[in-house]
Order: sequence, then structure tokens, then C-alpha cells
Amino acid sequence: MIPKANDRRRLLALGLRVGMRLVRTLLVLLGILLLVFLVVRAVPGDPAVSILGEQAPQEELALLRHDMGLDLPVFEQFGAYAAQVVDGTLGRPWSRRHPGVTVADLVLDALPFTFELALAAVLIAAMLALPLGMLCALRRNRPVDHAALAVTLVGVAIPGFWLGPLLIHALCVRLHLFPDPASGVQGLESLVLPAFVLGLALSAKLTRMVRTSVLDVLDQPYVLAARARGIPEQRVIVRHVLRNALIPVVTVLGLQFAALLSGAIVTEKVFARPGLGTLLLEGIAVRDYAIVQGTTLVIGFVYVAVNLVVDLLYLAIDPRLAQGRSQGRA
Amino acid sequence: MSGRTAGRTVFLLSLGAVGLLVLLALLAPWVAPYGPEFRGAALLAEPGAAHLLGTDQQGRDILTLLLYGSRVALLVGFGATLVSMMLGIPLGLISGYKGGLVDSLVMGVSEVVFSFPGILLAILLVFITQRPSVLNVVVALSATGWAGWARLVRGQVLQERQRDYVLLARTAGAGTVRILAHHILPNLASVLLVQFSFAVGSALLAESSLSFLGLGPQEMPSWGSLLSEGAALFVCSPWMATFSGLAIFVSVLSFNVIGDRLRDRFAQPDLVSTTEGGRGTGA
Repeated sequence: MIPKANDRRRLLALGLRVGMRLVRTLLVLLGILLLVFLVVRAVPGDPAVSILGEQAPQEELALLRHDMGLDLPVFEQFGAYAAQVVDGTLGRPWSRRHPGVTVADLVLDALPFTFELALAAVLIAAMLALPLGMLCALRRNRPVDHAALAVTLVGVAIPGFWLGPLLIHALCVRLHLFPDPASGVQGLESLVLPAFVLGLALSAKLTRMVRTSVLDVLDQPYVLAARARGIPEQRVIVRHVLRNALIPVVTVLGLQFAALLSGAIVTEKVFARPGLGTLLLEGIAVRDYAIVQGTTLVIGFVYVAVNLVVDLLYLAIDPRLAQGRSQGRA
Repeated sequence: MSGRTAGRTVFLLSLGAVGLLVLLALLAPWVAPYGPEFRGAALLAEPGAAHLLGTDQQGRDILTLLLYGSRVALLVGFGATLVSMMLGIPLGLISGYKGGLVDSLVMGVSEVVFSFPGILLAILLVFITQRPSVLNVVVALSATGWAGWARLVRGQVLQERQRDYVLLARTAGAGTVRILAHHILPNLASVLLVQFSFAVGSALLAESSLSFLGLGPQEMPSWGSLLSEGAALFVCSPWMATFSGLAIFVSVLSFNVIGDRLRDRFAQPDLVSTTEGGRGTGA
């Protein structure tokens, strides 16, 4: 009887937490929507003039303003914009380069390129960081550890927009190991360098995180207990240490995937790749507010969505969080 | 060389590099071999006696441009960090100490700011201003930077306010402002110092990224814009991109090394370099 009541209470607490998390997410999404709307409306001057030029005839300007909904009161503009977000079109591009296409179409065309880049970057970062971080932890305070930590500091500070051109010159132009981004070749080979450049800073951060996490777990009594039971060291490391140490690391990896979407803006420019960042910069260059608004919104929403999924997964993994005992991340 | 002495040497080197950078930025007009407007040299010359680091595609001296560029880098790096601190620290103090509605509001807004990863919001804000300048870039970076400081300070205050000294001060009749400013804030000094070092490096990198994207300060040559121009000319003249990138890299590295070392010194493993995660702090 008692355990049952306990179970029910726990389930209730879990449901409450998930519910509150969902409400908070909705509020944040609304905040993003409002912020992006306000930011784009805050641009000084008349968008219609900046698109058509100072000399454009008044009727044409008025027509464009009407098309863009700029002649409506601000509240109605926000309503119309929110409706475009809800129905999934994100509005129509204001510049004339994309007739008959919605912003959502442009974003959906660009999204796979950015996703594949971010995903490859996360994979490369994990492949570099897991072994390196483990090595550091198992050789704590030895020369290998110090050297690897020094390398991570360098990896964080090296700007991708510097490393990128250097690598392109050395590996693509001189040695022809990878296709030159200028040649426009698409494919897996052309993904390696951008993903490496984008993932390098993340791998440096992850290495430190893996190291700390493994060190934490190594100090746990159950590791001592496993060793005391005579379990071979290799098995202790793989079965007991790694499995537990990787939980926080995987969380960070999930969150960083979303953060990489913005890092991709610079990387896409360096490697002349299509993607969300390229679309955003194009929108900025031609002052197409609908594109700027749409891409920013999508990046923000993806970030929030990934955050939510990671948090919910965490609730599932760690029942202590469901009881509201720990606030977890600040 | 053991790890410890090597670490100290690198720390001292980094301090020296930052000191030198500040000095060169201040003395740029006297140290630079040419004026900022000088355009008379051979185009894309290789490094030599007349032009130590070569020249760019407009016949400007690269060393001169880098020296003047250090002013933009440091102005934005320190400027954006200080403004972020001035906004974020008081908000974090009040938020953590008072709790309740203020806390929910500050944390709510900062969560929205945090939903724009990296420099995305800064790109958007620079876009609004149409003509990016040093001031605009500082404003754009501070508009996102305060949130990290507010969260960091709030977390610290939540721990500190349960300490005995706060209770004692309150019993002695000290008001909220006095407790926050005279009792709690001084205890956060080491945390703030570490974060300051990381934040300057991070702001400097953000400025370079914005400049590389063509959204940085336009009134002065900046390292990021030189790098952007240089990257396009890399095949015929690698000098511009190499040296401007090196300047960014060494500066950011130095600030991060200093922060890293101070963090170890003060034993605060929960602080992270803001450049490591693109942004964000102590979460």
C-alpha cells in the first residue's frame, strides 16, 4: 500500500515538473517571437524605401508597404506575423529574388545543410574528446594530462575563420586532399573540413568535461567496490566509470548541437556552403527582413526544442530531479 | 620542465602579452610605422624591411593596420565586458537576494536571451543599427552579455545569502543595498575576476567574428575585417590573413589562459570560459 502511494506521488511530481517545464518553454518561445518581431521593427527608416530606393514612386512604396503589412497597427502586425509562424509559412520574402516562395521554403532548403554540418561537427568533436578526456583523467597530473589541457586551451581560442582559410589553402589548394570550396563540389569530402573547424572548439570544451566527469566517477565508492571485487581494471573503466561519466557529457553534447547552429554562420561563410547562416547573411545583405526574421526565429526555436528534449530526457534518467530536490542547471 | 612551472611560465607570458597589447593599442600612433590613412606602398608586398608584415591590396602597411586594429579589439573586448557587468551584476544580486517576482522576471528575460545561441542576437542587433560602429557593437554584445553575468551572480548570491555573515549584518540593521554592496559583492570578487578574463577574450572573439561577417565596426580597421579581406586573397598573399588571425588567436588565448589559471588558483571548477560554449557562463 505505502509504496503504491509513494509511486503515485512521484508520478504526480514528475507530471507537475514536466508540465511546468512545458509552460516555461512556451513562454520562452513567445518571448523569442516577440523579441525577433520588435528587433526587426526597430530598424530605423522605412523598409519599403530601403528595398526600392529613395527614388521609387510613392504608389509603388505604398503598395509594397501594404504587401508587407506595414500599414497596419503594430498589434495587428504582430498578430499577422504570429499567424504566419503558426501556419508554418513564416511570411514571404520581401526582396524580389524569390518570387512565389515562402520564407519557410527557403529555410527548409537551407536547414539540411546546416544540420548535416552541425551533426558532423558534434561527431568529430566527440571522436576527439572522448579518448583524449579519458586519457587525461586516467593519467591525471602527468605530462600527457598537462599537454592535452594546454591543447584544449589553444583549440578554444583558435578562431574558425582563421583556421578555415589556413586549412583550405594547405589541404585543398596546395595538397588537393579535399575539394576546394571554391569549386562548388558537394558531398561527404567537402563536409570534413568545415565540420572539423566547427567542431574543434567544442571538442576542446568536451575534452575538459570528459576529464572532469571521469575523475568524479573514479572517486565514487562503487568504483572502489568494483575494484575490490577483483573486476579487471579494463572492465571497471568501461562498465562502471564510462557509463556513468558519459551522462553529463551527452547532455552537453545535445545542447551544443543547437549552439553549433549559430557557429555554423561563420563556418558556412568561410567554406562558402549553403545553409541557415548563409541564408541569414543573404537576408541581411539585401535587407530582406522576412528572411532575417524567419532564420533567426528557426535557430532560436531549434535551440529551445533541443534544450527541452535534453531536459526531459534528464528527468527520465535521474528520478531525483523529478522530486524537485535539485534545481539542476541554474 | 614540470607541469607546474610550465603553467606558471605560460600564465606570465599571457599576462605579458595582454600588457603589451594594451600598451601597443594606447601608443599606436607613436609606434606604428605609418599613419592609419597611409596607402602609398606596393600592393600585396611581402614582409620586408620597409613593411615588416607586408602590405595589403590597397597598399596599406599591415603592421600599422594591426596596431590600430588592436584599439578596436580592446575597446570592444573591455567595453562590452564592462557594460555587461554593470547591467548583469546588479540584476543578478537583486534577483538572487530578493527572489520572487523580480527573480522570475530577470531569469525569464535572460532565458529568452540565452535562446539565441552565440553571436546570433548580436548579428541581429548590429543589423538594426544599419551602420555598425564600435559603440553599436559594444551595445549589441552587452545586450546579450548581461544575461550570463546575471545568472552567474544570482547563483553565487543564492549560496552566499545563507551564510552567517549575511544574517549578522541583517541583525545589525544593514539594509538590502548595504548587504549586497558591502557584504556579498566583495565575497564574489574572485569569481568575477575569473569570469572577467574569460569574458574579455570572448567579446574580443565575438567582435572579430562580426567583423569577419562584415558586421563589425566600420570606422577603424579591425582584425576580423582584415582577416576577411585576407582570406579572399590567401592564394596570392597569405600574409594579411595569417598575421591578423594570429593577433586574434594570441589575444584570445592570453585572456583564456589568465582566466584558466586564476580559476585553478581560486578553485572554482564550475566557471567556464565563455568562448568555450560560444557564450553563456557558469550555468
